[in-house]
Amino acid sequence: MRYALRRLSFFVFTLWAALTFNFLLPRLMPGNPALAMIGKFHGELGPQALNSLEILFGVNTHQSLLSQYVSYLHQIATGNFGTSLSQYPESVDSVIGSAIWWTVCLVGITTVLAFVLGTGLGIVAAWRRGGRLDSVLPPVFVIASAVPYFWVAMVLVLIFGITLHWLPIEGGFNVTGDSIGLTPQFIGDALEHAVLPSLSLLITTVGTWILTMRNTMITTLAEDYVRMARAKGLPGRRIMLDYAARNAILPNLTGFAMSLGFVVSGAILIEYVFNYPGVGFMLLQAVEGEDYPLMQALFLLITIAVLVAILIADVATALLDPRTRTAR
Amino acid sequence: MSLPVSLGRPASEPRRLPGSGALNRVGRAVRSNRKATAGAALLVLFLLLALFPGVIAKDSPTDDAYLPKLGLSTAHLLGTTSYGQDMWAQVIWGTRNVLIIAFAVGLGTTAIAVLIGVAAAYLGGAWDGGLNILTDVLLVIPLFPMLIVITAYLHSGGTLVLIVVITTVSWSYTARQLRSQALTLRNRDFLEAARVRGERKLYIIVVEVIPTMTSLIVASFLTNALYAVLFASSLQFIGLGDPNTVSWGTMLYWAQNNAALQTGQPMWVLAPGVCIAALGAAFALLNYAFDEIGNPALRPVRKIRAPKTRGQA
Repeated sequence: MRYALRRLSFFVFTLWAALTFNFLLPRLMPGNPALAMIGKFHGELGPQALNSLEILFGVNTHQSLLSQYVSYLHQIATGNFGTSLSQYPESVDSVIGSAIWWTVCLVGITTVLAFVLGTGLGIVAAWRRGGRLDSVLPPVFVIASAVPYFWVAMVLVLIFGITLHWLPIEGGFNVTGDSIGLTPQFIGDALEHAVLPSLSLLITTVGTWILTMRNTMITTLAEDYVRMARAKGLPGRRIMLDYAARNAILPNLTGFAMSLGFVVSGAILIEYVFNYPGVGFMLLQAVEGEDYPLMQALFLLITIAVLVAILIADVATALLDPRTRTAR
Repeated sequence: MSLPVSLGRPASEPRRLPGSGALNRVGRAVRSNRKATAGAALLVLFLLLALFPGVIAKDSPTDDAYLPKLGLSTAHLLGTTSYGQDMWAQVIWGTRNVLIIAFAVGLGTTAIAVLIGVAAAYLGGAWDGGLNILTDVLLVIPLFPMLIVITAYLHSGGTLVLIVVITTVSWSYTARQLRSQALTLRNRDFLEAARVRGERKLYIIVVEVIPTMTSLIVASFLTNALYAVLFASSLQFIGLGDPNTVSWGTMLYWAQNNAALQTGQPMWVLAPGVCIAALGAAFALLNYAFDEIGNPALRPVRKIRAPKTRGQA
């Protein structure tokens, strides 16, 4: 219980730190670029929109930093992130709302796939230590861990999109032919558009799962209870899955809970390469269009997603592994 | 072989600092581990390219003196860009920028991490608490989005700006690792002895604690250098670097902006990407080798079956 409380207070503290970072950053920058950008919109913004942006970025306010800070926190707490400058007059909230589902579906499903595939391969690699899989995988990871995500995406575009003409290389669906809705045509089309981004992400993330699983499993396989199981003459499959893998999977499970938090931010560059209509692409568009309100809100969203995931990971570890409960 | 070059400053022979033994061990380990040898060789190759690019790339990397979109030929090994620049020259000259960032960020983050991690572990109490919270907070805020937001506000992503920004935000993971390592050392006898001798805390941290962690520190440097390469290239790719610098990430930025893949210039994308991957692999190979040196359980099985007498602790 004390442990849970401590984690919770850390969570709140970090959230506060991220908010403060967001508050201070534009104000500390030379010439407050957000201010300059908002200035360009001066004639178009309604008084209410202008007021909320003033609070977020400190435009034209002659208040002290402290009272600016208080009204900033108050406004964030009420969920008002201002007006998007690049997609005026939509509010930041609604702009993000339209993009988030693309990312959640694409990256979420891919993350689950990568976890299942990677953990499975890791188990087999450790079980057949020194076998074919185990000797092929490590050099592959060395390269995979060193390749930039976005470049893998570009190479896949080159192979499957441009050379072979198998798959679409841009967008989330067929913009000219489809209307967004739960029609079979739209879903099929969206799936087709998701193959390459998803594959890029899978290729670049699966290695970590395999490696962690393999390495922990090798340690578990050396434990006495595994030797005992062997001595009892239990079938190999049972030892592999119920004895070794079951105990070795903890770090991977924690990692999985954590990686769910990175779903929102995990594919920024891949979405960028494919012009995929998700949150990551939106963040970069906001950067390019100097849409600071949108950028700030997205950064906050990404941070909160990660924080929540870490909290879940902590709870999961405590529930699954009794040792962590007493150790702290 | 001239392998130790890649490890930064090799320990000078005559002085008998506690760390020199560890560094020698590291040097020997690099030579006996195949992954480490490959990584070190690659890294030396890139270092030579960065130091003497003009030897094999006579053309200027920025001069748009040639016909645009030329294919591969003996005059232009990788062809030319849409602007008529020689791509081979760009790739070779681009090595320098990436390596500068990799080494500067690698050294910078590792130095900060050593100071903060070891100080937190050794000083304990309120120091530990404060530094810990700082490390933890930085650890959980997603790095790449944070880098994007900061560089977006800064507007000019010159090389120095990239180095400073990446260094300031990405030291936390190493600091955490080093802290836990230092914590295990805290009650060892040799530190007790130093305390009894009446040495100052700073002396104990710098001369007694840090040298015992040399191999972990080297491994951290390699990881950080790898991430620096990836982060910097990614930022340059999305246009948050200075688009006029000659570097692999910037090449990819221009390639993407000119739709190089769609207009039949795949080399513009492939060449810099392969280079980033190869440099990254050099750091990663060295790092995996250090993992194996530190944790013998991870070594390939063959070696365990046929142990050599040249054993090391």
